[in-house]
Amino acid sequence: MTDSTSTGRPSMRLGYRFNLVGMIALGIILFWAGVAIFAPQIIPHSIGEIVDSDYFGPMSRDLWFGSDYLGRDIFSRILMGARYTLGISLAAVTIACFSGVALGMTAAVAGGWLDGMLSRFLDALNSIPSKLFGLVVVAAVGSSIPALIGTLSVIYTPGAYRFARALAVNVNTMDFIVVARIRGERLPYIIASEILPNILGPVLADLGLRFVFIVLLLSGLSFLGLGVQPPYADWGALVRENIAGLPFGAPAVIFPSLAIASLTISVNLLIDNLPRRIRDRSAE
Amino acid sequence: MKKQVSLLVMKRLLIALITLVIVSFAVFSATALLPGDTATILLGQSATPEAVEGLRQAMHLNDPAIIRFLRWIAGLFQGDFGKSYANNVPVASLISGRFVNTMKLAGLTASIAVPFALTLGITSAMWRGTMYDRIVTIATIGIISVPEFMTATLAVLLFAVYLKWLPALSLTNEIKSFHDLLRIYAMPVMTLTFGVSAQMIRMTRAAVVETLNTPYVEMALLKGASPPRLVLRHALPNALGPIVNAVALSLSYLLGGVIIVETIFNYPGVAKLMVDAVSTRDLPLIQTCAMIFCLGYLALITAADIVAVLSNPRLR
Repeated sequence: MTDSTSTGRPSMRLGYRFNLVGMIALGIILFWAGVAIFAPQIIPHSIGEIVDSDYFGPMSRDLWFGSDYLGRDIFSRILMGARYTLGISLAAVTIACFSGVALGMTAAVAGGWLDGMLSRFLDALNSIPSKLFGLVVVAAVGSSIPALIGTLSVIYTPGAYRFARALAVNVNTMDFIVVARIRGERLPYIIASEILPNILGPVLADLGLRFVFIVLLLSGLSFLGLGVQPPYADWGALVRENIAGLPFGAPAVIFPSLAIASLTISVNLLIDNLPRRIRDRSAE
Repeated sequence: MKKQVSLLVMKRLLIALITLVIVSFAVFSATALLPGDTATILLGQSATPEAVEGLRQAMHLNDPAIIRFLRWIAGLFQGDFGKSYANNVPVASLISGRFVNTMKLAGLTASIAVPFALTLGITSAMWRGTMYDRIVTIATIGIISVPEFMTATLAVLLFAVYLKWLPALSLTNEIKSFHDLLRIYAMPVMTLTFGVSAQMIRMTRAAVVETLNTPYVEMALLKGASPPRLVLRHALPNALGPIVNAVALSLSYLLGGVIIVETIFNYPGVAKLMVDAVSTRDLPLIQTCAMIFCLGYLALITAADIVAVLSNPRLR
């Protein structure tokens, strides 16, 4: 009651209010980020070490999530897998959104033939189903980790471009842009200082959604055996490795899938529960 | 005024055609221009340079890329898809049987998913804000955020491992009765239906909610129309375009889902063929499968666009 009257501006920097679901989702995301960073320090067993004489062992006090198809500790492997799933996806989404947003803003401000060509070409790329695109490119360039990052970022650049362009076109018609043009500002200045700050919120929300798509596609590719290759293993690859344990209901199949689900659902819920202020300057 | 619509439709079709050319070029260049010399791959590491050169000549690999691209496109138009590298069989004969299988799977899924999703989507929009609506919304977000292979593995776990109702693998040549057919198709279709429906429910709900928020629906409410009449007579006819659009767009999601589902259930369709072709780097097979999928996808999204144009009375 009192604090709403004492301060004129209800929110300061980072002072956004999240609801409960948003907080929980944010907590899970931060948890996985922490795991990805500190994985080598916190894993209870080495990921290559065979610690169980039985394969697809059950959950126990020593092996929290049971053992995998060779008798390795699946809990440690999931913690280490977080590095690959999160790392590759984060790198790919950063590249995709950076290039997509940069191109989108440029196209919106420059207009004319540049806009037409870029939009036509990237829309065409957008109409290749993402999983199929992934398969074709992996067939051509193989699935080393840099190649995967490159492939994933190329696949998701057109979507980021389309989203950013739609937002930037709206902002571009505002009076302050006209003023900036009359003032004689050049294109890079208008893009970086006039357009970008005004579309940043929705662009970041879009980045989160695209991150989910990338995690899902990477897991899918790894699940097909075309993503991250042994000896490394991300969560999708862990599911693939242990799929033979499915008839026994082995925890080694279930927990990597749950890890993926917990991450992607959390990101989606966080974005759904973002304060309107950040989210709702949408393309419409 | 009619002329304007047909002009718009023609324009959409033309855009689809241009897109198809760009897509086919992308598919061709991704598979053919990037590293990995086909002749060396085919003959193996121990081949002599002369043998490799001979094969390159025979396969026209020394021609400029643009010529090879045009030759490939011309082949596609004449129904000549080339020969599979892996077993030297024409691609067309490899694909034809499997294409029918995939279409069966997709058709069955669509015939279940569309009525199911429309019912849930429309009812949750009608009762928006209620417990029912929130459960549907949370469930659809959950399903969309989860990879298809997880829905599939959970389905196997539940129905084949714990309940023992269904077999874990599908092998279509073992079908002897209608009962077998049901048992084999049940799980792949169920997994696909989940994913497709989740998308469709979300989009349908959004389309109907948008119509329900319009002034003329409020007017109908104020004059005392009953809720079913409100939705069926006033809202739905106007939401029809966006709904059909949503259906077509969600069905395109089938194409991605089918890749995972055919692999996990070992279903002999085009997608499984393509995944196997990627592991063996069988380029002609990959190219043809990719073109089939892109064509299907493009057809669906173009149909969605055209429906959106046709259903807008302001354009008619």
